[in-house]
Amino acid sequence: MSIPLPVFIAIPLVTAFVLPIFGKKGKDAATVLANLATISLLVLAVASIGQSGVYEIGKWSIPLGINLVLDGLSSLLLLAISVVASAAMLFSARYMEQYTAKAKYLSLFLLMVAGMNGVVLSGDIFNLFVFLEIASLASYALVGFGCEHEELEASFKYMVLGSIGSIFILFAVALVYGNTGSLNMAYIGKAIRDSGLNAGLSFAMALFVVGFGLKAALMPFHAWLPDAHPSAPAPISAMLSGILIKTLGIYALARVVFNVFGVSVSIGWLLVVLGLLSMVAGAFLAIGQGDFKRLLAYSSISQIGYVVLGIGLGGLILARAGNNISTEQLGWASLAILGGLFHLVNHAVYKSLLFLTSGSVQMSTGTRQLKQMGGLAEKLPFTRATCTLASASIVGIPPFSGFWSKLILVVAAVQAGFYWIAAIIVFVSLCTLIMYLKVQRYVFLGELPENLQQIKENRGSMLVAMVFLACLCALMGLLVLVPCLKQSILEPAVKVLTDGLEYSAIVMKM
Amino acid sequence: MKGMTIIVKTISSWVKVLIFLFGIYIILFGHLTPGGGFAGGVILASCYVLLMLAFGREYVEKNLPLPVASKLDCLGAFLFALIAVLGLVFGGTFFLNFLYQKYLPGEALELVSAGTIPLSNIAIGLKVGASLFLVILVLSMFRPDMSGKKEE
Amino acid sequence: MPYALCFLLFMIGLYCAVVKKNMVKIVIGIMVMEYAVNLFLIMLGYRFGGVAPIIDKGQLEAGMEQFISSSVDPLPQALVLTAIVISLGSLALMISICIRTYEKYGTFDITQIRRLKG
Repeated sequence: MSIPLPVFIAIPLVTAFVLPIFGKKGKDAATVLANLATISLLVLAVASIGQSGVYEIGKWSIPLGINLVLDGLSSLLLLAISVVASAAMLFSARYMEQYTAKAKYLSLFLLMVAGMNGVVLSGDIFNLFVFLEIASLASYALVGFGCEHEELEASFKYMVLGSIGSIFILFAVALVYGNTGSLNMAYIGKAIRDSGLNAGLSFAMALFVVGFGLKAALMPFHAWLPDAHPSAPAPISAMLSGILIKTLGIYALARVVFNVFGVSVSIGWLLVVLGLLSMVAGAFLAIGQGDFKRLLAYSSISQIGYVVLGIGLGGLILARAGNNISTEQLGWASLAILGGLFHLVNHAVYKSLLFLTSGSVQMSTGTRQLKQMGGLAEKLPFTRATCTLASASIVGIPPFSGFWSKLILVVAAVQAGFYWIAAIIVFVSLCTLIMYLKVQRYVFLGELPENLQQIKENRGSMLVAMVFLACLCALMGLLVLVPCLKQSILEPAVKVLTDGLEYSAIVMKM
Repeated sequence: MKGMTIIVKTISSWVKVLIFLFGIYIILFGHLTPGGGFAGGVILASCYVLLMLAFGREYVEKNLPLPVASKLDCLGAFLFALIAVLGLVFGGTFFLNFLYQKYLPGEALELVSAGTIPLSNIAIGLKVGASLFLVILVLSMFRPDMSGKKEE
Repeated sequence: MPYALCFLLFMIGLYCAVVKKNMVKIVIGIMVMEYAVNLFLIMLGYRFGGVAPIIDKGQLEAGMEQFISSSVDPLPQALVLTAIVISLGSLALMISICIRTYEKYGTFDITQIRRLKG
C-alpha cells in the first residue's frame, strides 16, 4: 500500500484551514496554494488507480476503529472528483475576482472536496454520514455565497431539503446500528447476509433511499436543484452538478444498496423507475427554460436519471437471477452497471464544462437569459468551441464520450430484454438534442444584440480549465475502447457493485 | 448593545473567572471524566457570551477581536491536523497514538496519561471555543459584514 | 413504547418543517427532527439500571467484567456528540441565512419570498 489514504482528506482539509490566515493581502498566494492542493489531489488520484486496500486509522483494527477503504469504485470516484475540482479551481482563480472574500470561498471549496473524498473513501457508515454533512454544509454556504436575493432563497431551500435528507440518513444509521450492532459497512453486510432483512432494516433501507435520493435530486425529490445550482457561482455550479450530487447521492446509494443491504428485485425496480422518471421529466422541464444555467440544471436531473437507470438495471438483473446466476446474465448486469458508471464520469466532465462555459458567457455578457444573448460565436470563439463540444458529447454524437455510455446502456437494456427502456433512453436523447440546439441557437448563433457589441472573451486560467475539460470530453471514449484503460479504471468499479454482498468478505481479507 | 445593570455586571465579572477555569478543567480532564474538547470549548465560548450580554458587544470585541478569534480557530484545527500527521511521522499511521506508553509513561486515571488524547482535546477545545464565539458574535452583529460562518 | 414516542417527535418535527410558513419555525422543526434522532440513538444504547460508561477508581478495583456487564453502550453517545456538533454547524448556517434573508426581504414568511419559480 503505497499511498496512505487519509492524505486524500488531509490535504484539502489542512489547506482549507491554512487559507484564512493569508487574509486579504495574500489573495494571490491563497489562490496558488488552493490550486496546488487540487492538482496534487489529481496526481494522487491517478496514482491510486488499480490499488486497493484498507487503512486503519490510529492502528485500531476494523470493527473497533475507523477505517478507510479504497476499491475500484472509490478510485473511479476519486479520479472524477479531482478532475472536476482542479478544473473548477483553475476556473475560479479568475472568475471569483468578481466576489469579495475570495479566501473564504477557496477554503469552503476545499472543505467540500475534503468531504466528498471522505464520503468516497469511508469504510463505516457513520463516517460516511459525517463527511456527507461536511460536504453538504460547505455547499449550502457556497450556494448562498453571493448573498443576493435569489441566492439566499435558493440556499435556504437547498439547506432545508438537504438537512431533512441528512436527518433521514442519520435515522437510518441509528436503525442499522440498533439492528446489527455494528457501524462498519463490511460487518453490517456480513450480519445482513447471515440473518437477512428484518422490518427495522427494511425501514432503514427506505430511509436511506429517500435521504440519498434527496441528495442526488432524483425526480420526486428534485425541487431544490434547479434553484440551487444556477444561483451558485459558476465553478460551484460545475462542482455541484458535476460531482457533488453523484458522490453524495449516487455513490452512497449504490454503496449502501449493493454492498451493505444487497439488491432485491423491488429495490432494483425502484431505482429503474426513479431513474426513468428523472430522465423523462428532467428533459421535458429543461426544454422550456429560458435561463441558461437553469436549463443546464434541469438537464442534470435528466442525466442523473441515466446513471441511476444503469445501476438499477444492473441490480435488477442481478437480483432476478439470484444466487445461481449464469455468466450471460452477469455479463448483462455488468454491462448495465458499466454504462451507468461510465455515464457518471462522462456527465461529471461535460456538465461541469457546460457550467463553466455558462459562467464565461455570463461574465462577458452579464446575463443568463437566453433571449438576451445571440451571435456570440464571433465574440467568444473558444467558449463557443468548448460549449459545442460539450453539447455534442451530452447529446451523444458518435466520436464523443456521451455517445459511448448511452450506447452501452441501450445495448444492455436490449440484451436483457427491456426494449421499452432502450426506447425511452433513445427518446430522452432526442429531447437532450432539442435543448442543446436551443442553447446553440440562442447563445451563439443569430443576431448580436446592440448592447453586447463590446464584449471580450475572458482569457487566462478560465480558458485553460475549459480547454482541459474539452480535451477530456473528446478523449473519454477511449476509456471503454482501449482495453487496458477499461480494465484498470472502469472494470474494477463495476466488479465492486456486481460482487454485492461479497464486499464484506473482500474488505475483511484486505 | 449597552450592557445590563450594575448588579449583572458585577456578578458576571466575578463569575467569568470561575466559568473560564471550569472550561479549562473540562478540557484538560477530558480523557478521565465526562467532557472533553467540545464540551469545554462550548463552556469557554459561553463565558464570552455572558460577558457579551452583560457588558455589550464592544467590550468583548476589544478583549478578543474578530481577527484574533479567527486565527485561534484556524490554529486549533491546524494543531489537531498536526497531531494526526505526527502520528504518521512517528508510527506510520494517521492519528496513531504515538505518545502512549512509549514516550509518556502514565498510569490510567492520571492527568498525564493516554498519550495524544489530551493534546487533541486541547486543540479541539481551542477550535470549538473560538468558532462558537465567532458564530455568536457574527450573528449578533446583524450587519452585512461577513458571509455565513463556516462549519465547526 | 419510548421508541414510538421518539418517532412521534420525529414526525412532529417533519410536520413543522413541511407545513409552517415562517423560516425560523422551519429551522426549529428541522432541529426537533434532529433531536428526535439523537434521542433515539441514546435510547438504543440504554439498558435498565446501567451505569454511565466512565471508568473511575472504584470500578478499576471492582474489575472490568463487572463494569462491562453493567454500563450502557458508549458508542451511541459518541455518535450523538458528533451529530450534535454537525447540527450546531448547520443550525448556525441556517440562522445566518435566515437573518440575511430578513435583511433583504424584510419578512420571514416564505410565501412572500418567491423570486424563484418552481
